[in-house]
Amino acid sequence: MIALRDLTVAYEGHPAVHHLSGVFETGSLTAVVGPNGAGKSTLLRVLAGMARPAAGRLERSAAHERITYLPQLPEIDRFFPISVLDTVLLGYWHAVGWFRGIDAHQREQALHALATVGLAGFAQRPIATLSAGQFQRVLFARLILQNAAALLLDEPFTAIDARTTRDLTALIEAWHRDGRTVIAVLHDLEHVRRHFPQTLLLARECIDWGPTERVLTAANLQRATQMSQAWDPHAEFCAPVAAR
Amino acid sequence: MSVHALVVAPFTEHGEVRRALVGCLAIALGGGPIGTLLVLRRMSLMGDSLSHGVLPGVALGFLVAGPSIGAMSLGGLVAGLAVALLSGLVARLTPQHEDASFAAFYLTSLALGVLLVTRAGRDEDLVHILFGDLLALAPDGLIVIAGLTSVTVIGCALIYRPLIVACFDPQLLRAAGGRPALAYALFLGLAVLELVGAFQAMGTLMALGLVMLPAAAARFWARAVWSLMATSVALGAGAGVVGLLAAYHADLPAGAAIVLVAGAVYVGSVALGARDSLRARYFPRAHVRA
Repeated sequence: MIALRDLTVAYEGHPAVHHLSGVFETGSLTAVVGPNGAGKSTLLRVLAGMARPAAGRLERSAAHERITYLPQLPEIDRFFPISVLDTVLLGYWHAVGWFRGIDAHQREQALHALATVGLAGFAQRPIATLSAGQFQRVLFARLILQNAAALLLDEPFTAIDARTTRDLTALIEAWHRDGRTVIAVLHDLEHVRRHFPQTLLLARECIDWGPTERVLTAANLQRATQMSQAWDPHAEFCAPVAAR
Repeated sequence: MSVHALVVAPFTEHGEVRRALVGCLAIALGGGPIGTLLVLRRMSLMGDSLSHGVLPGVALGFLVAGPSIGAMSLGGLVAGLAVALLSGLVARLTPQHEDASFAAFYLTSLALGVLLVTRAGRDEDLVHILFGDLLALAPDGLIVIAGLTSVTVIGCALIYRPLIVACFDPQLLRAAGGRPALAYALFLGLAVLELVGAFQAMGTLMALGLVMLPAAAARFWARAVWSLMATSVALGAGAGVVGLLAAYHADLPAGAAIVLVAGAVYVGSVALGARDSLRARYFPRAHVRA
């Protein structure tokens, strides 16, 4: 499980999400939703260990030591001269590091992962020739090889067509059935209602966190919108909870 | 004039032309991988900054030990690494991008170098340091060039994977604990080694000629990282041979002749290359034949 204890995360020095407490249970499938600027991406970066919490604590169970994170805008050079297969094989970085070789089994697994995301036969294609949807499939194939107990996905379906979204959602559901913990930032509420049992509704603080049908009510969503409109980029850190 | 007299005799009959050729081949061999990585990292102009940044170190070496290859190389190495590390640190620790921080440090470094050389040396020393003198390359200079470029090539081979992933997907490397900052620092170190080697032959102003121009041209012929590097080495070596022959027969300054040939190879590649060239854009092969 990944537990948040009175967690405050900051973006460029200003608090973005305040006093968040709760637990992502092992094997849970959670959507993080909320208006733009609600602090969703910042929270995910902290969960991924890419940024430090400004205050509060983050606890991970031993099984969640290795977390993979798919950023909203990966810093990947889409025109880099590299093949689809080599891109997917980078998912084995945790096993091969700087120097170890890739063995035949790993290569086979990579081809299998490509077939799983619907890109069989694309192995030798340069990534520059792929569409946005195909490239997102490649990144999902890489996530398969990373084989982590927890996956953090930041808006994985933005600018992705319906069919790719459907295929990749099926993959997320398969990870959920495997007992992996999946946390995804999403905007399409219908999609969340249909596929994600748990939802965390954020608007700089937790509006609600729990079963999706309880969280995604009209009243909660309206509150979230109002909260984010009251966003103050120069907000100071508030006093510790105990002192309030 | 026979083909032998045109192409072979200059190298067999003149030791200094032969040494210049060996120097060019060594620089092209190390320049292929370094130039390709600089292009892929979008750091082509930063390489230029680095090569000018070595000047104060070279000048200091010259001041202390006179025109000694060893002292000038060591000084250049230290100055180049200092410029690379300081610029890299500014880019990592502040929001300023590499291009600006490199420009700031190399301009400062260049000015300091010019000041040092003109204070102590004569004008021809400055000309020598700025433009090099390929045909005056002595055997010990050749050994320095060969040694530095060998370390560059072997270093690139050893850390090939992290170097490439740090260009392509630095986020993945960071998330997986792959030390992208270390890979970046090592790469800058290898680039400085190559530049100090190239500087011996071509001077600080044109040291990058056999590094960047072939790498920039290779992009129009190859499309995997390894083949870009190999093409770049081949184009660089070719430009070295042709440039030297032109310099020999027409009595031109050798370094400038070689860089001009490399420049012509680049323009030719942009116009006629197999991939993404102007020819491919405006005169594409028929898409489908019935």
